Amino acid sequence: MNPELVQRLSELLREVTGYIYPNEVEIHWSILIVVYPYLTGLVAGAFILASLVQVFNVEEVQPTYRLALLTALAFLLIAPLPLQFHLAHPERSYEIFLTPQLGSAMAMFGFVYLWYLMAVLLLEMWFEYRRDLIVWSQAANSPIKWLYKALSLFSSDVSERALAFDRKAIKVITVIGIPSAFILHGYVGFIFGSVKANPWWSSVLIPIVFLMSAIVSGIALVIFLYMVITPLKGKIMDMKCLDKITSYLFYAVIVDFTLEALDFIHRLYESEESIKILSRLVTDKLFISLLVMQVLLGMVVPLAIMVAVKSLKFDAELRKLLYFTSVILIQLGIFATRWNVVIGGQLFSKSFRGLTTYKMEVAGLEGLVTAVIFLILPFLVLAILLKLLPAWETAGGEQDTPA
Amino acid sequence: MLGVPLSAPAREDVTEIMDRRNFLKNAVVFISAAGLFRRFLGNAEASPTNGPYNPAKHLYGMGIDIDKCIGCGLCVEACKTENNVPKEPFFCRTWVERYVIKKDGTVAVESIEAQKGKPKSRPEDGDIVRSFFVPKLCNQCENPPCVQVCPVGATFRTEDGVVLVDSKRCIGCRYCIQACPYGARYLHPETRTADKCTFCYHRVVKGLLPACVEVCPTQARIFGDLKSMASRLVRFTRINKLHVLKPHLNTEPKVYYADLDGEVR
Repeated sequence: MNPELVQRLSELLREVTGYIYPNEVEIHWSILIVVYPYLTGLVAGAFILASLVQVFNVEEVQPTYRLALLTALAFLLIAPLPLQFHLAHPERSYEIFLTPQLGSAMAMFGFVYLWYLMAVLLLEMWFEYRRDLIVWSQAANSPIKWLYKALSLFSSDVSERALAFDRKAIKVITVIGIPSAFILHGYVGFIFGSVKANPWWSSVLIPIVFLMSAIVSGIALVIFLYMVITPLKGKIMDMKCLDKITSYLFYAVIVDFTLEALDFIHRLYESEESIKILSRLVTDKLFISLLVMQVLLGMVVPLAIMVAVKSLKFDAELRKLLYFTSVILIQLGIFATRWNVVIGGQLFSKSFRGLTTYKMEVAGLEGLVTAVIFLILPFLVLAILLKLLPAWETAGGEQDTPA
Repeated sequence: MLGVPLSAPAREDVTEIMDRRNFLKNAVVFISAAGLFRRFLGNAEASPTNGPYNPAKHLYGMGIDIDKCIGCGLCVEACKTENNVPKEPFFCRTWVERYVIKKDGTVAVESIEAQKGKPKSRPEDGDIVRSFFVPKLCNQCENPPCVQVCPVGATFRTEDGVVLVDSKRCIGCRYCIQACPYGARYLHPETRTADKCTFCYHRVVKGLLPACVEVCPTQARIFGDLKSMASRLVRFTRINKLHVLKPHLNTEPKVYYADLDGEVR
């Protein structure tokens, strides 16, 4: 018997208020399970931003198209890692692919993930970068030359007809990709929303709320990256593009806010058996993370900022500062949203008679350090991807030369 | 005795009632017949002597007679010993809750195991409206949410109605623990796989009773085969008004409580 675990649980037992079932002292889904929906949300959001360009022909957003695709890929590659690390038997995770139990929402993860990675994201990127890869492979020396050749799958046709086909293919993939992105994240919401035993999770609105908050966080992330990377590259930010994306962000936040408010009002109005314990959960355990971080800092303040930007005529520098503040607050708010769902849902007893506490480990396998690593890793992957596959286009439509 | 004459019975009636020889004869026949009958009864339960065990012929459940539970906790101890459940109070295949409902409507619930060694803080008897113990365990649902969510099919429902975990297949994702409305599952700290009450399946298939039922001094736990009319459980379900936990979730538990209080969740 692990004495550390006993020590930890004994400490937790002292924090319990009211009555909880004996097996509920241990919180089973830790911060890593908070990071997982946060990362997949960013993937879905970034992809949906990218598809605005392709499907809805929003020209202003064009400068962020490739960045959004690469962001989606970088985060998608890291997204399953927190799940893998969380498993008590990570060495058996392949069983989800080999012998999935088809009735389980979680078993579908592998298939939804692979579909999204292989059939949507990689395919769209291949068509998008194919011409450039061919051009770059001609200019570069080996081994980079061969890397580009391999990435282009040794295609060499840059004729007008081939390029037209590329563009058409991208359009088709994006049309398939939007519902796929919706499924990817709506499905993550479903994992929680379908647990009827847990009244904090069990709601048909959860997948939709997850989806909208995913779109919000993904767009905010691409804005953040665009605002950080552009000056680093010594380029000038396209304010038209920035204004346009933040205005999309503004609408997305409004829809997200409305949905979450609807969920909240619905619960309050129905006032089911669980309402007392859920009210205590919100006021005692989630006050800071829900009311302050998620609602006030993550939604109300950014909304107020964006309303101010829309109604008052600020100059470009001030707008940039305000946008930047907003997107950081929004990221914080969405992370708090994930926290409140995942951790919040485990802080009350299913006997509805008591509350427990989550004490995050710092250095353990499921601790803060691991979580921070998983939050930083996608940025490193993105840096490598950006180095290999430059995302910025010059006004003339020419590509940057790769490093 | 109203209307019954107090006079002595007629001579031939006395002979009929008091014939010792007849009485003994009847008693011998009755006792041996009862013994034989009991033997058949015993055979109606799972038994290895009936050839290979056939799960299709059984459907197990448990009855809990709340009024009989005295909260001694022997069942919890027996379960932990029988099934290698960690002794610490955070890991339980079964536990017993004590409910104390006071006049002002407040309800105090405790798990008696977690209270071990703690100073007793009982309210004054005069303040108590009612108090009782409720043994809890996996409800072996007909419609188990834990089985539905397991991504690899490591947890499954047997033909004879018991939900089991294959610890060699379980990946430890703990989705089943989240999905169980009764808090009946935990992650075993040694095997790092989900663990729960199995109705002592290893004993049951040999015709033995689950450990908790075996040791219960008041027979508050009634184990049996719902497919056998002769089982004690079937009798229990016939003579009691029953309730299951959280029926609105449609899990269809097979642990039936007699005289369950509305405060129990």
